[in-house]
Amino acid sequence: MKVDISGLSKFFENRVRLGIMSILIVNDSYDFNSLKAALGVTDGNLASHLRSLEESGLVSVNKKFIGKKPNTSYSATETGEKLFRTHLKALEQLIRKQ
Amino acid sequence: MENKPEYIEDLRIIKKVMEESSRFLSLSGLSGIFAGLTALAGAAGAVFAFLDGDLILSDEMFSSKSLSEINRIKVGLMLLAGIVLVISIALSLWFSWKKSVKKSQRLWTPVSRKLLTNLIVPLFAGGVFIVIFLIHNEWQYILPSMLIFYGLSLVSATKFTYNDIFYLGLIEILSGLAAAALPSFGIIFWSFRVGLLHIVYGLLLYGKYER
Repeated sequence: MKVDISGLSKFFENRVRLGIMSILIVNDSYDFNSLKAALGVTDGNLASHLRSLEESGLVSVNKKFIGKKPNTSYSATETGEKLFRTHLKALEQLIRKQ
Repeated sequence: MENKPEYIEDLRIIKKVMEESSRFLSLSGLSGIFAGLTALAGAAGAVFAFLDGDLILSDEMFSSKSLSEINRIKVGLMLLAGIVLVISIALSLWFSWKKSVKKSQRLWTPVSRKLLTNLIVPLFAGGVFIVIFLIHNEWQYILPSMLIFYGLSLVSATKFTYNDIFYLGLIEILSGLAAAALPSFGIIFWSFRVGLLHIVYGLLLYGKYER
């Protein structure tokens, strides 16, 4: 059976990155600690995936201070959103075809 | 197709994470049931303790009473309303907390903060509005205002939790407007809508999401 996988993106093969993007698609922005708690991952793990998403231009970072505490929040960029939606559509098609 | 379970698991994760991060789903139907029961008990208390068992308010009821008696009734009613409010909030927090523990979800998340903000803004505006009524000694529109502002706060909060809350809010608003048009029947409207509706909605939510 021929399956079209052109829409799938390697960025989202990883479940943590998949989770991050799923959250950022439905929320304007989300802060680091909330992401960590929502996905149940460690600081280091989350930070490295966020960095790779940021470097690829899929996620944008917004750093600010609440009082003296640094608060970093993340948003999906337009590119990131487009890529994720295409990925999602491809996943759904794959399942329907099988 | 060996990849199939992988994709299905991916989609399941996406759906779950999206839902949990954008909607507060620990809201318990039990909260609704008990908020309704508390409200009904409060209304019954008000009618029997302060209003001589009369369900329909009229000017004659008050004209036969002395000023100090009327003031005593007013303070009593406000205290009662405060107690009902505190009990309902405490119970709904308690049930939501229990549900979140059971489903191992967190209670204090960006989405629950948004939910609270959306609830509090109309409620706070309504609260201030009602206090202004109290100061001007305008009693007639207090019950309708409660219904209307409460309904508005539910409508505004609905995007961050179960959609069902939207209709509850809508009915509260409509009955608030009806109560404003027929002020003497305020208590009946209030007990019926706030009390019974919460119970019905609580049962509905409980049956739909928690069983």
